[in-house]
Amino acid sequence: MASPPLVELSDVRKSFATHEVLRGVSLALAKGTTLAVMGGSGAGKTVLLRIVDGLVQPDSGRVSLFGTRIERLREEQILPLRRRAGFVFQGAALFDSLSVFENIAFPLREHSAMSLGEITDRVHRFLSLVGLPGTDDLLPAELSGGMRKRVGIARALVTEPEVVFFDEPTAGLDPTNARLVAELIAELRKGVCDTAIVVTHDIEFAELVADQMAILHQGRFADIGTPAEMHRSENPDVRKFLAGELRAS
Amino acid sequence: MTALAYIRTQSRETALWYGGLGLLTMSVVRNLALPPAYLWLVAREIDNIGVRSLVVAVTAALFTGMVLALQSAVNMARFGAENYVGPVVALSILRELGPVLTAILVGGKVASGITAELGSMKVTEQIDAMRAIGVNYVKRLIVPRLLAALIVFPVVTVLADGVGLVGGMLISVFDRNVDGYLYWNTISYWVVMRDFLTGVIKSVVFGALVTLIGCYNGLATEGGTEGLGRSTTATVVQVAMGVIISDFFLTKLLLFLFW
Repeated sequence: MASPPLVELSDVRKSFATHEVLRGVSLALAKGTTLAVMGGSGAGKTVLLRIVDGLVQPDSGRVSLFGTRIERLREEQILPLRRRAGFVFQGAALFDSLSVFENIAFPLREHSAMSLGEITDRVHRFLSLVGLPGTDDLLPAELSGGMRKRVGIARALVTEPEVVFFDEPTAGLDPTNARLVAELIAELRKGVCDTAIVVTHDIEFAELVADQMAILHQGRFADIGTPAEMHRSENPDVRKFLAGELRAS
Repeated sequence: MTALAYIRTQSRETALWYGGLGLLTMSVVRNLALPPAYLWLVAREIDNIGVRSLVVAVTAALFTGMVLALQSAVNMARFGAENYVGPVVALSILRELGPVLTAILVGGKVASGITAELGSMKVTEQIDAMRAIGVNYVKRLIVPRLLAALIVFPVVTVLADGVGLVGGMLISVFDRNVDGYLYWNTISYWVVMRDFLTGVIKSVVFGALVTLIGCYNGLATEGGTEGLGRSTTATVVQVAMGVIISDFFLTKLLLFLFW
């Protein structure tokens, strides 16, 4: 029997003031799948990702994380579910008063009974994984944009979560750093975490890391499928998006 | 904008602010008993708030006591009651000026600092990052500050009370030639424990109020660094107004309960 989806959304709607961002979004993310949610700026991709992790409440619809309905749970009730997931923010959202080491160690110190030695070993393993060994004592202000992103990824992965949510992991990076981050995420799929939702507007990056793609347009998914299926799609919005001609509503 | 539209907007924003503050208070109360205790954070905040506030509170109290003694002595001399400066200074400081001035000065300083810190975390998504990691941000960021304020405010107020009384004595003895023994003797005769405790109870309530205002304004910050500036300014004004207004109702309540 197929395992139940780790993330499931059904007819989710969300408005801010009079602007309806999501107009009935549904999706199911099975274990072992990386889904790239794509769309233009302002299409609602980040809002969707935040709803999936319970950081934003939808106006209506159902949201399940690890099989538990979360859309009306209180903050304290969602916390145990969030500990099983990782979230990489677009701007990395590192704690600016903590060093790189302390940022990555933060989830371990909060949620595990590991000794200092075990925490140190784990942090160093993930710093090496993201290609930043020896940066323990640096503060976030001393890092470049690409380094901050990679520290953010290490922090999200250090607890070895069951699913990771990436919000625009390559946005604002130069091509070299964007490529490094893309290769890192592709590499992670083989080891640390095989299930993820990646929000991006970068088609090349999505094709590199995802085995499912979904295009968000006018508050709904225009289409969902494998990269190959999307390229064959007859949907006019999909074709326009892939051709770089789709305008946000 | 017409006057009516302005009133409508302001009323809505005020209702939202009070509602938000009430919800945060409920959330804090709900989280008080939840693990983990974060006692090391409470200790750190006691150190932060106490160190930040001590010099301001004590200096203000010293000069307030001196001014009170000066004004009272000059005016009471007209009725031949200069010897009663001590109780007048003591009652004013212990019941009102000690807790209120401390709350306004220390509260404004501490609460604006809290707003700036939490607001900065909010606009840079650090609070969302904490939530995404599965950390209870109310428990980690707000409860320790509140518990620290509940301890620090009464302690600082008691210190300010003492310094204020000493300030009053300095003026009475060295400027108005009132006998020092008489100053303390009339205080101990006329001032009762209830007067002292009234002020301490007020300081506990003010500590909670200013901390919650500081935390709420920080968490409600929107609009980047400009919004952060607005929130911090609003905190200073709201703390002063909140202390003054709540002081009236607290005084009424305490007089009703203990008089």
